[in-house]
Amino acid sequence: MSQHNRTTAIAGARHARTLALTVQAFTATTAAGSGSGRLWDAVFNARSHLRVNDFTPTPVAAWIGRVPGLETAALPEQFAEWECRNNRLAWLALNEDGFIDAARTAIEHFGSRRVAVIMGTSTGSVGATEEGYARLTGAGSFPRDLLRPIVHTAHSLGDFVQHALGTSGPCVTVNTACSSSAKVFAQAERLIRMGVVDAAVVGGVDTLCGSVMYGFNSLQLLSPEPCRPFAADRNGISLGEAGGFALLSPAPAATEDKEAALSLTGWGESSDAYHMSSPQPDGLGAERAMLQALFNAGLSANAIDYINGHGTASLKNDEVEAAVVARNFPVTTRMSSTKGITGHALGAAGIVEAVISLLALQHDWIPGNVGTSIVDPLAAAHLALRGEANPMGHVLSNNFGFGGNNCALIFSKNGGVR
Amino acid sequence: MRVFVQGIGVWAPKLPDWQTAQAVIRGDAALPEMAAKRPTGALLAANERRRAPDTVVLALEVAAAACADAALDPTLLPSIFASTHGDLSVCDSMSTTLAASPELVSPIKFHNSVHNAAVGYWTIATGAVEASTALSASNETFAEGLLEAAVYALSEHRPVLLVVYDIQVVGGLASVTKSDGLFGVALVIAPEADQRTKCQLDIDWVDLPASVAPEISCSPAEAAVSGNALAPMLPALERIARGDTRPLVLPLARHRGLSLVVEETTP
Repeated sequence: MSQHNRTTAIAGARHARTLALTVQAFTATTAAGSGSGRLWDAVFNARSHLRVNDFTPTPVAAWIGRVPGLETAALPEQFAEWECRNNRLAWLALNEDGFIDAARTAIEHFGSRRVAVIMGTSTGSVGATEEGYARLTGAGSFPRDLLRPIVHTAHSLGDFVQHALGTSGPCVTVNTACSSSAKVFAQAERLIRMGVVDAAVVGGVDTLCGSVMYGFNSLQLLSPEPCRPFAADRNGISLGEAGGFALLSPAPAATEDKEAALSLTGWGESSDAYHMSSPQPDGLGAERAMLQALFNAGLSANAIDYINGHGTASLKNDEVEAAVVARNFPVTTRMSSTKGITGHALGAAGIVEAVISLLALQHDWIPGNVGTSIVDPLAAAHLALRGEANPMGHVLSNNFGFGGNNCALIFSKNGGVR
Repeated sequence: MRVFVQGIGVWAPKLPDWQTAQAVIRGDAALPEMAAKRPTGALLAANERRRAPDTVVLALEVAAAACADAALDPTLLPSIFASTHGDLSVCDSMSTTLAASPELVSPIKFHNSVHNAAVGYWTIATGAVEASTALSASNETFAEGLLEAAVYALSEHRPVLLVVYDIQVVGGLASVTKSDGLFGVALVIAPEADQRTKCQLDIDWVDLPASVAPEISCSPAEAAVSGNALAPMLPALERIARGDTRPLVLPLARHRGLSLVVEETTP
């Protein structure tokens, strides 16, 4: 089927511009534990998994979302070259929810060269580089156990996942700070729509490290308490680590329940062109990304049942994001941030919150906005402070990164029929 | 897939623009004797220029040159930036600080350490609000960046800006990473030809029998970029400069490669 025919056949009545891709499999591992089941349990029961910072060698007043068990989860011997905390989390996440089996089935079905691997991260394996500097030999070299070049370069994660899965299609690591593992979905859609590949493994992994803990601290963006997204008394972010994956292809879902089929139906991308670490004050970049996602999906704003906000609990982001939502969406579009549960997983936030969006669609449940008591009036009309049962058709997920890099994704269930 | 090159920008200390690079590649001129340490950073505000990281001034220099060569307003173009290693100097500095006194990490150095810092500065300097990204693919960075640019241009029906850049390694990272000097290249890639078009690129996939080393450059320009992580992409520029239509294989991971054929545009 030509690209044009494929697009129009699937767009159908929605007049979408982009190709709807079935999410054949997905998984996420976060501070709530390994796998989507534990993540959904935390979301549904509105339970925070943040803890007092016990990661940094010197005190940094912060709460963090730390993944349990990483310290003892060394990579299998055949992956020794890629050994580092970040790739451990990638392996841990890959092996949850039957994801790696689903990926391998797709690779066998389509052929390894017809499956892309597109991974997002912000710091990748830089924790290993930091360790190298902390343990420099007298000659100014990294110690022998860290003399593994792949771990100290930006493509460490993408390269590891490609080797773990055995694909030979396009493989790239996207590194656009907090929008990284949302942009991977858009990139995959273009590759598939153009017929370069038939399927894509997308996702992201980011792990706590010195540069983000001390870096965000130096920007005075960290809250000394568990973060309170969209709260009137919010005072900063809580960092987290996470890993997650999704398998995308245009084929109908393998599940028996066709009505439950989940799809990526739209994406929007933009740049603020304003400042490296503060959002454009009128939210024009964020708005542009969100409206482009709606346009690409062929949806109007009132079709969106739930927005999973970027909602970092920084003073600026939440103010700007709440205003954009208020002026573009009816109050029937509910909104919450789930960073009060997992922390802000930076380069992995996109995939984690995509997974939460998919789970919300599956369960017909609007996640509550954990961590907050007093809602900022700017967000009040839309904010779901507590979870709400709601038939769900379409969910929008926002991701706004440093450098003003914005990406919004739309996921739908059963073509949006509630 | 077929795309068209609308504009080209190049910078290395001894190849300060595409005109010089073409002349050196063709053998019409010798490599300049003098070498600037880094581009001037003209796009940045005066007070930002001195402190801006090397990757930022390098990427912005070639990006601006390619847009000027294409006579296209940068604000019209989505930006696809790609670098093998990102800013190795900022990484060395941050890692050194973290190892000694982490509380002294500077906020500006931190936001300069993100891989998308260069594209961030570009969009801020030009006011470009279209999509932007920052990629890496190790030794395949140029090939994967070119693929993403071609796919974006063809699927979204618009020209895009591709910028690839790498700088020299310093400090402890030199024990695991090899890269010398500064080298940046920018291409404006379009889905259709028009009066701006410099050449067409036909991109296809090939299977490679075993691990294949990239084609070695055969022009005097090689000495200007020797040892840089992006030096292996120089043959692509040589094809364009010479109108050389022989297919160029850019190795990808796992026994695959991109085949690139450069031709003059047929109107």
